[in-house]
Amino acid sequence: MSVIGKYFIFLGTLFRRREKLRVYWKRFMEECVGIGVNSIFIVAIVSTFIGAVSCIQTAYNLVSPLIPVSTVALIVRDMTILELAPTITCIVLAGKVGSNIAGELGTMRISEQVDALEVMGINSSSYLVLPKVLAAMFTFPLLVILSAFLGILGGYLAGTLTGVISPRDYIYGIRDSFVPYNIFFMCLKPFVFGFLIATISSYQGYFTKGGALEVGQSSTQAVTNSCIAILVADYALAQLFL
Amino acid sequence: MIEIKDIAKAFNGKEVLKGISGTFKQGEINIVIGGSGTGKSVLLKCIIGLIKPDAGRVLYDGRDFYHSDAEMKQAIRREMGVLFQGGALFDSQTVLQNVRFPLDMLTNMSEAEKHERAEFCLERVGLAGTNDRMPSEISGGMKKRVGIARAIVMNPKYLFCDEPNSGLDPLTAVKIDELIKEITDEYEITTLIITHDMNSVMEIGQNVLFLHQGLKLWEGDNTSIAHSEVPEMNEFIFANKLLRDAAQ
Repeated sequence: MSVIGKYFIFLGTLFRRREKLRVYWKRFMEECVGIGVNSIFIVAIVSTFIGAVSCIQTAYNLVSPLIPVSTVALIVRDMTILELAPTITCIVLAGKVGSNIAGELGTMRISEQVDALEVMGINSSSYLVLPKVLAAMFTFPLLVILSAFLGILGGYLAGTLTGVISPRDYIYGIRDSFVPYNIFFMCLKPFVFGFLIATISSYQGYFTKGGALEVGQSSTQAVTNSCIAILVADYALAQLFL
Repeated sequence: MIEIKDIAKAFNGKEVLKGISGTFKQGEINIVIGGSGTGKSVLLKCIIGLIKPDAGRVLYDGRDFYHSDAEMKQAIRREMGVLFQGGALFDSQTVLQNVRFPLDMLTNMSEAEKHERAEFCLERVGLAGTNDRMPSEISGGMKKRVGIARAIVMNPKYLFCDEPNSGLDPLTAVKIDELIKEITDEYEITTLIITHDMNSVMEIGQNVLFLHQGLKLWEGDNTSIAHSEVPEMNEFIFANKLLRDAAQ
């Protein structure tokens, strides 16, 4: 309980004694590149293959002549939009971005860079962490949109190139019974997950004590806790919004 | 001038500082010495506001740091320059950006003014021409110099140095000491150094405090340090064979 309390107090410090807006804008843009742009490659690879595998495995399971082939694409679309793109992408990002944030802040802490900021009269948590949180909340939904697009594209490529489904059936399937609300839900998830990953990882890194070993432990803890938080939040969001 | 009065600090019930008092005069090199684990770094952190002491007062020219409002604390902090043990340079920034950082964050100077001031400070510590190098590309001694340049860039009234020559070769260590001495004299700064390097103490220590197990056991200048009658301090300073031989 004390850890949760300390986490919420830490969140409170992000909004106290803030620096000039232009400082945050510069830091925000830097973090958008570090967190968002630098994650495009891994997101693209993971999403394309997940979409491809989903298509092949769904087709493998749908062998009944009573079910139209286009249902394969419909299932790939809904799985991708509702779960694979937002949740799996964010779990991958928890590993990449979460460990990066915790490692960076942990190293800054043990090498006294955080202390250097504090003695200058700068709110180190706000200066270092707030731009990361905002950047994660801004870039994660964009990455998830990209992920969904590439997942569905991956399914199309795998399905049509292997002859499991024709291009016409696939296009028909992904347009069939489309619910636009699902897109809103897909974008809401990474917005929440981005907040959780950035704040949990920052918390782990910011309060690192010791040396290199502890920085590594903080990174591991950041990823573990972020993944658990994502899964819990995923369930809560599904209950609340679906 | 900085005065500390009855500073006490304990961690998990273990007393690290047991009521330390002292005065650090303006324009002088004040040095706190003591063995490892005697509370020197904790004392420094209490003085600069990184660790709040359990008891005691820290007065900056009469202004009580821990009993001031946030605005006053901020004002006092902006009069401080701190050189951390490892330099504490920001890894993601170049040498020039590191030195400029306080100006970027805390002043409304123009770009040209900030650039000029940062370059002047780098030149002052003998690092002209290193502007675009990253901290990972420079030596330990250079990192300390950049740290000093960053510490003085805001024209501080108080300069704090935590183990300024730890990990440096003897020649570089002497140069860092000389640099700190020159800067203290030039700008009439109140300088406080935490060290266990007796060479520094003998070379530049104008006011020396000796800490042992969280207590201040001795205070004086570098000329009288060899004649003290405190056994713990004699054991500490004469651990070095050179000093032992010199004293005999």
